[in-house]
Amino acid sequence: MSVLINKHTRVICQGFTGKQGTFHSEQAIAYGTKMVGGVTPGKGGQTHLNLPVFNTMHEAVDETGATASVIYVPAPFCKDSMLEAIDAGIDLIVCITEGVPTLDMLEVKMVADSVGAVIIGPNCPGIITPGECKIGIMPGSIHLPGKVGVVSRSGTLTYEAVKQTTDLGFGQSTCIGIGGDPIPGMSFIDALRLFEHDKQTEAILMVGEIGGSAEEEAAEFIQLEITKPVTAFIAGGTAPKGKRMGHAGAIIAGGKGTAEEKFTALKEAGVHIVRSPAELGQGVKEVTGW
Amino acid sequence: MNLHEYQAKKLFADYGLPVPNNRVVQSPADVSAAISALEGDRWVVKAQVHAGGRGKAGGVRLVDDIGTLTHTVAEMLGSRLVTIQTSAEGQPVNHILIEETCSIARELYIGAVIDRSTRRVVLMASTEGGVEIEKVAEETPEKILKTSINPLTGLQPFQGRQLAFGLGLEGDQIKQFSKMLAGLAKMFIEKDLSLVEINPLVVTNSGDLICLDGKINVDDNALYRQPDLLAMRDVAQEDERENRAKEWDLNYISLDGDIGCMVNGAGLAMATMDLIKLCGGEPANFLDVGGGATKERVAEAFKIILSDKNVKGILVNIFGGIVRCDLIAEGIIGAAKEVHLNVPVVVRLEGNNAEKGAQLLNESNLNLITATGLTDAAEKIVSEVKAV
Repeated sequence: MSVLINKHTRVICQGFTGKQGTFHSEQAIAYGTKMVGGVTPGKGGQTHLNLPVFNTMHEAVDETGATASVIYVPAPFCKDSMLEAIDAGIDLIVCITEGVPTLDMLEVKMVADSVGAVIIGPNCPGIITPGECKIGIMPGSIHLPGKVGVVSRSGTLTYEAVKQTTDLGFGQSTCIGIGGDPIPGMSFIDALRLFEHDKQTEAILMVGEIGGSAEEEAAEFIQLEITKPVTAFIAGGTAPKGKRMGHAGAIIAGGKGTAEEKFTALKEAGVHIVRSPAELGQGVKEVTGW
Repeated sequence: MNLHEYQAKKLFADYGLPVPNNRVVQSPADVSAAISALEGDRWVVKAQVHAGGRGKAGGVRLVDDIGTLTHTVAEMLGSRLVTIQTSAEGQPVNHILIEETCSIARELYIGAVIDRSTRRVVLMASTEGGVEIEKVAEETPEKILKTSINPLTGLQPFQGRQLAFGLGLEGDQIKQFSKMLAGLAKMFIEKDLSLVEINPLVVTNSGDLICLDGKINVDDNALYRQPDLLAMRDVAQEDERENRAKEWDLNYISLDGDIGCMVNGAGLAMATMDLIKLCGGEPANFLDVGGGATKERVAEAFKIILSDKNVKGILVNIFGGIVRCDLIAEGIIGAAKEVHLNVPVVVRLEGNNAEKGAQLLNESNLNLITATGLTDAAEKIVSEVKAV
């Protein structure tokens, strides 16, 4: 078991023939992901990476039976691509692209929720079930099939979390990078709920950032609903107020969203917090006794 | 991106939000033409900078004769205004807003933001205008009225009425306010804004509503489709180093410490700063070098970091992801040769071929100190800088 994706998941790539789409599809195929084709409007009927190219998502879904899609199109077209995937009945949409306007996401999220489609991202590394299926830009080699569920707002800091749990031999059930934007498709709470119900996941590692209140909301949820041990780190303790730290979502506004507030909320909810990004794996070890 | 008050008020006027009659001047010579277009014989002079707290810093003044007005404008233009929200150097004053005055019976507050938890644009109103709204939110949250825009229907008239009655407005003010709120909602969506604040929204003695101040932030991600707003960008108000970094697709924020940081990924960059602090050091900057850590971009990143004279050492922390570490090491070596590195540099590479990367760095005969692991890297740079 794992969450959202496994070795049977059939994946379509939107923006398949572009530079990013091509490179990361090659990587995904090499990892063993069941890529079944791609969509590039106007290039339907061609073959790319030995897979069929379609003009529309509807066509792609009808022909391949895909249930997941990954989006590498430029930011101005992501809203359209996500809505097309939803309209074609895709259950899981992973949007890697950075720079999607916030108001676009408000609308897309509302439509996705109305039909129960799951969106991961935008501005995220994607999702991986080690040894089975990789949808996104993360390096497959650092992962190890195992028992820690990883959820994170960051990219490379997620890799740090993954590597540390791999080095300790725990491995990961599934890793979800929910992305650094103010309005992400999937929230910490959505991911936590999935990990709680997944048999393979025995512990959860959560990596948050300054800005917004997603970690505080997650803390509340953990206290009420999560029985598995949770370890958490929040990046940005040294960040000054009012400065956007790279991610559109990582900004301390009006004195709210500081790392300290988030650490406190999580600690009060019974989460094992680690103060050093070098001790993410160690934190899991301490709380589980592995 | 932030707008100036005068730009925000222009946008307000375009969407039917009432603002005082005003003119912008960039030279004392423009003053007489400006006031001939305004009524009354008292004016408010407002320095246009991207920072709050202008009033207390002397950036907003009331004058009642032309001589003083011209003198004030001359004095403000070209100066730097230091407020509680700026750095010690302050922000340059290159534009001055001259406004008609109005009577003030009540000061209200209106704001609009994107609320992350409800995933809606939320409009806020309060009777406690003119003061710091964060304080009101913390101490008396019941005094902030809220309503949100449903993306499907847009703002409805009942929502305007609801807030208007909640603010204790009466008579024609209800209609005025509802119309104003509708304009604000329309503007927020059409212009891809991320924050609007009108503080204070004034009720005059004659019972009319006027937006006395205005603050607007625009969603940077949407600027590609807002050419009018992009044209309003005032680079003079922004940090020069941060702008130079942007040209190279580097994300740089300057801080107060002495350890420069170069990291790939925003989250890891923040975490690296945190770790430096945990190890007893102070980070000099946030710098996300992004995915393609090529020789050219690493060289530019080194130059930007070193242009901060407080920097006594640099920590490079790259998690190789899909790009191999030996290639990244070659980029760092090439950049280090190009840039004259006069401070110690600790490099930590992780990911594919990390060992080969470290070997290349060690054999480069440059002053590059390799580290294994995050903690080792942070401890090494902190002790190097302390030894300087």
